[in-house]
Amino acid sequence: MTTAHDVAAQVRSGHTTAREVLEQSFAAIAERNQELNAFLYLDHDGARAAATAVDDVVAAGQDPGPLAGVPIGIKDNLAMRGIPTTCGSKILDGWKPPYTATVVERLLAAGAVPVGKTNLDEFAMGSSTENSAFGPSRNPHDVTKVPGGSSGGSAVAVAAGFVPVSLGSDTGGSIRQPAAFCGLVGYKPSYGHVSRYGLVAFSSSLDQVGPFTTTVADAALVTQVIGGHDPADSTSMPDGYDDLLAACGRGVAGLKVGLCRDLLDGADAEIIERVRQAAAVLEAAGAEIVDLSIPELRLGLSAYYLIAPAEASSNLARYDGVRFGLRVEREDVAAMNVATRTAGFGAEVKRRIMLGTYALSAGYYDAYYGQAQKTRRLITNALDAAYEKVDVLLGATTPTTAFGFGDKVADPMSMYLSDLFTIPTNLAGHGAMSVPFGNSASGMPIGVQILSPGRRDDRLFQVGAVLEAGVAK
Amino acid sequence: MSMAGYETIIGLEVHCELKTETKLFCGCRNAFGDEPNTNVCPVCVGLPGSLPVLNQKAVEFAIRIGLALNCEVKWSNFHRKNYFYPDMPKDFQISQYDLPLNEHGTIELPDGTVVGITRAHMEEDTGKSTHLGGSGRIHGADASLIDYNRSGVPLVEIVSEPDMRSGVQARAYVAELRAILVAVGATDGRMEEGSMRVDANVSVRKPGDPFGTRCEIKNLNSLRSLQRAIEYEALRQVDCIEAGERIVQETRHWDEAAGRTGSMRSKEEANDYRYFPEPDLVPLAPSAAWIEEIRSALPALPKARRQVLVGLIGNDDQATLDLIATVVDRDLDALVVEAASAGAPAQLAVTRAANELNAEGVLPSAKSFATTCQMEASGALSATQAKAVLAALSETPDADPKAIAASLGFEQLSEDTLSTTVDEVISANGDEWARFAGGDDKLAQFFIGKVMAATKGKANGKAVISLLNERRSG
Repeated sequence: MTTAHDVAAQVRSGHTTAREVLEQSFAAIAERNQELNAFLYLDHDGARAAATAVDDVVAAGQDPGPLAGVPIGIKDNLAMRGIPTTCGSKILDGWKPPYTATVVERLLAAGAVPVGKTNLDEFAMGSSTENSAFGPSRNPHDVTKVPGGSSGGSAVAVAAGFVPVSLGSDTGGSIRQPAAFCGLVGYKPSYGHVSRYGLVAFSSSLDQVGPFTTTVADAALVTQVIGGHDPADSTSMPDGYDDLLAACGRGVAGLKVGLCRDLLDGADAEIIERVRQAAAVLEAAGAEIVDLSIPELRLGLSAYYLIAPAEASSNLARYDGVRFGLRVEREDVAAMNVATRTAGFGAEVKRRIMLGTYALSAGYYDAYYGQAQKTRRLITNALDAAYEKVDVLLGATTPTTAFGFGDKVADPMSMYLSDLFTIPTNLAGHGAMSVPFGNSASGMPIGVQILSPGRRDDRLFQVGAVLEAGVAK
Repeated sequence: MSMAGYETIIGLEVHCELKTETKLFCGCRNAFGDEPNTNVCPVCVGLPGSLPVLNQKAVEFAIRIGLALNCEVKWSNFHRKNYFYPDMPKDFQISQYDLPLNEHGTIELPDGTVVGITRAHMEEDTGKSTHLGGSGRIHGADASLIDYNRSGVPLVEIVSEPDMRSGVQARAYVAELRAILVAVGATDGRMEEGSMRVDANVSVRKPGDPFGTRCEIKNLNSLRSLQRAIEYEALRQVDCIEAGERIVQETRHWDEAAGRTGSMRSKEEANDYRYFPEPDLVPLAPSAAWIEEIRSALPALPKARRQVLVGLIGNDDQATLDLIATVVDRDLDALVVEAASAGAPAQLAVTRAANELNAEGVLPSAKSFATTCQMEASGALSATQAKAVLAALSETPDADPKAIAASLGFEQLSEDTLSTTVDEVISANGDEWARFAGGDDKLAQFFIGKVMAATKGKANGKAVISLLNERRSG
């Protein structure tokens, strides 16, 4: 399969055209999207116009940018002007944003070609895409299995070869978990590195946009385009990041890698085995492996399921039928609000709105939301302490490989547990990456997770590149 | 209805719209009266994916307000106040909660009373609803129209301690607060346009008792409404208590036409706002250096400006203080001070500025104003003539008052001419003169009238009286 690097190189050098690449992408999508349900919407006209513009720039002897002609799938919770943005929900029925997310603007400016919007769990709440109002996506490695979620459509779009790159969003593992399930590189940047302007909020203090790619170097390439300070996002960090592409070639000699028990315990035996093999690859490349435990990480799930729903309950209040999206008419405004929200939201979204509303209510705030924030601080402090001893942490991305449709729908807790290993990073605001590292006996992909201290995401690319090379041997 | 044996306890919440160019969290124009829904963008209509970015100018204005109210300016943050209402696009308001920007201030009223300021915090305004049909309120309306031009306009909410004891005092507080807010340039202070909105918390008690149960009165759009509403509400509460009823803590609406407050209770009011820190913004932590920079650039405040005029006049009787307050409120004090230094008598300049000058219109130059006052003081112009000259100066602010007086036919009568005219009038009215000379002072007006008629209004009334008195005593 072609990488973004290859496509951009060929388009920039005139060996192929952006239009040609795009039509190949559309052809692949036409062949299998109905089965896999990766894309909810294809922007044929917009994409062809963007590709033609790239080709014109090349023809004029100029450089269209580092992602010249690279077709990209955009998770359908990122705003694109004039293009339906559903968030996988009926409540946004008919809404077309009048503006474009910063990350998409930056992709376009770098010559990339957004081809359409990818499927997701409703408002990014879920781990399988089974919560999408428009049906689940299917895992191309085994169509009876889920692709993971919430950014499942973006993962499938790359894993099925529709596009070399897609964007997802990661609030508690929504990029890394589907990347692991679909055999891809999935990267969640440090909080504040990538602008959230135009990302429809689920949990503002946890959400972060990041890429799905087939190689670690492609993840670096895309992140260097979409990352960096954005004055439209007050939580956006100042610039001053290390060169992620350069980090891919730096190796791991002398790097201290913490093999973290709490990111392994409870995982399938063959996943644990793969993580140990990954550690061995790093050791062979000159890294020092340190066994350690950070028991506080176990508290992450409980804290997350108070903080994320609390923020969501407020972020999702605006879907009230007054200004955009679905409206179910009633005699007065309050009844219209209730009828619209009842009809427009799915069961999981309602569950989290209720959880969050409860956690913030007078008399319960201290016991729930307040306590969760303290726990969040505890986890961050514990990770900071660990990073005094090691440079990165290594563990599993998920406790299991991709599960079957319906396996966890009836039991929300078992579904929530699939994010056990990914959640602590979001709570701490750090970066993390899932790198594919072989398959299970049944042939399903397994992901290894690398965690780094905040704003030292360059280390993820050092380690990721070595693992990628190691597993290929 | 009587307040006998009771005192009224009043605390006020004043929402002040800041006079910034743009809104609090986006770049939309902050303007009153534009075509509805023209100053809007994804941020201020709360579209999915939009994010707020704090307007630094609004913070500067809010700090100016805090400093002018003697507050501590502190490390603070924003919270979300969650409730559903159609004119609030995100269905939460970005406000401040337990960590407001300004706390623990004071205002000294002109009568010397010191009112505590609990806090002065920042928040965003909502859109403006117009309910069609029914009573004009949302309940029972046929349809509602919403203008989001106001959505996201920066506000500072100034909360007082319950330190006021009468409607008159509450009115004085709002007048003084308004004068301060206008003086620091934070707002235009136009209550009728809603750029200052007042809610009053009112309770009554017998002196020495603990505070009674309070009611909050909304929709107070003028100083007059404020005073009337508080006086009405206090009497209503006393009547309730005297009738053996309990006061119910509630929000009440002031009906200006009916002159009464009415209950606004409805089920929507049982709100739990679920405040939590706004995760889309970072803490608001103004540096000490910035605060000092703002403090050192603060203009003179109304109290100090009034004291300058009191010093010039050397008189602080109530009538003079009222005139001085009017002059400072209308921003005319600088003109008066300048005119006084150009030789105008200060007392006369303050009186004429308070009563004759239109602060909204064109003002005379300080020199012309000073000359006019001097001419009046010396008797060259009568009071009526001086007012006419000032009115003419509003057309041509730099014109020479002497030339205006001449063009209006106000050339001064020579002392000889006036003296001769007075003598002629006396001889023509012997009976009246005899009575005046005998001590009937009321006849002075009769003679002034006659002299005015004879001189076609050019005589100075004071000069006539002094000539009459000379003749009488001589």
